[in-house]
Amino acid sequence: MEIKILGSGCANCKNLEKAAREAVAELNLDASVVKEEDIVKIMAYGVMRTPALVLDEKVLFYGRVPSVSEIKEMLIKK
Amino acid sequence: MTKKLEIHLLKQWINYLPLILLPAWYLLYANLHRLTDGLVYTIFDLPMGTHFTESLWFFVFEVPKVLLLLTLIIFCVGIIRSYFSPERTRKALEGKSLFTGNVMAASLGIVTPFCSCSAIPLFLGFIESGIPLGVTFSFLIAAPMINEVAVVLLFGLFGWKTALIYVSTGLFIAITAGWVIGRLHLEKWVEGWVYELKAGAHLEDEKLSFSTRIKSGLEAVKDIVGKVWIYVIIGIAVGAGVHGYVPQDFMASFMGKSAWYSVPLSVLIGIPLYSNAAGIIPIVSALIEKGAALGTALAFMMAVIGLSLPEMIILRKVLKMPLIFTFIGVVGAGIMIVGFLFNSIF
Repeated sequence: MEIKILGSGCANCKNLEKAAREAVAELNLDASVVKEEDIVKIMAYGVMRTPALVLDEKVLFYGRVPSVSEIKEMLIKK
Repeated sequence: MTKKLEIHLLKQWINYLPLILLPAWYLLYANLHRLTDGLVYTIFDLPMGTHFTESLWFFVFEVPKVLLLLTLIIFCVGIIRSYFSPERTRKALEGKSLFTGNVMAASLGIVTPFCSCSAIPLFLGFIESGIPLGVTFSFLIAAPMINEVAVVLLFGLFGWKTALIYVSTGLFIAITAGWVIGRLHLEKWVEGWVYELKAGAHLEDEKLSFSTRIKSGLEAVKDIVGKVWIYVIIGIAVGAGVHGYVPQDFMASFMGKSAWYSVPLSVLIGIPLYSNAAGIIPIVSALIEKGAALGTALAFMMAVIGLSLPEMIILRKVLKMPLIFTFIGVVGAGIMIVGFLFNSIF
């Protein structure tokens, strides 16, 4: 699967990227984590608050940085 | 009972812990004056009335007072804000006429969670769903200017009247400045690609339980108080120095009522000066005590908090330079009017 972090480089976006990478590593998932900084592409997901996490082109959550364990729970459910 | 269920119940209970701490908060807050007296005059055994004792007393009393107020209010605001979101605000503003839209946008700007790093997606999201430029500006002016940290500090250091004056004049400026920008029809000064943007389907809000809302209140405290406490301490330390050592009426000659130029000057100094409310308000409160006029001080605070250089730089991505200058000009003029008005009333 593919995880995208949407955000234009603020501190929270970096925190989310770090948390997502940790969650993926701890779950041993075969997933790529990429960062999307282009505002036009970010808007195409309908997001108005950054950072957001997109899993396989679907927005999972936005406007907050959940804990690693919460991200793990959400990834397992999917 | 299984172990897992026990842990689950414990976790639920911990979420409500902040509500149980409320009486302890009240006891501490209500007795702060006595505790400070005891610490400064009895334990430190300092003589009353010296410059140093005055400054120290001010510092020892104000720092915990402001931090206690901040913690409680930001916790409550965090819970209240979990009922609002930019998505919901956008929905409420869609199709509203110019003046009604400005009033609503400015009021919603106070309660909608907003971070200046999300200013661009928010601006684009508003414009894309057809909300007029002027209404969008009312939101963008009110959201940073009337923030909970500023209101708490004004309440704690000046009293509720000044806090109320700040909120209502801030609303007034956000409404009129947005309305003026709307009437000027400045869409030509928005970057062209903004109006061609195709945004994705609007997202639904997440459904939250009350214990999640309490959690978001706690997160707000951790996030905001964790960030501003150091500025509160520095601001109050400088304020304490001014309080104890600067002679009475020292500020009257250049920040007092008689110096008419002090209002525009303090706005001009305030715009490029980027400090958060937590650092600037304690210093301003000490300056007022030494003879600075309320209107001048109010104008200075609003210029510092409401018009910040970093936000302008962020907005430059979507706005052309003339619109940024119009924005600064209109809001700056509004702030000056408020300053002159208050200097002539009080």
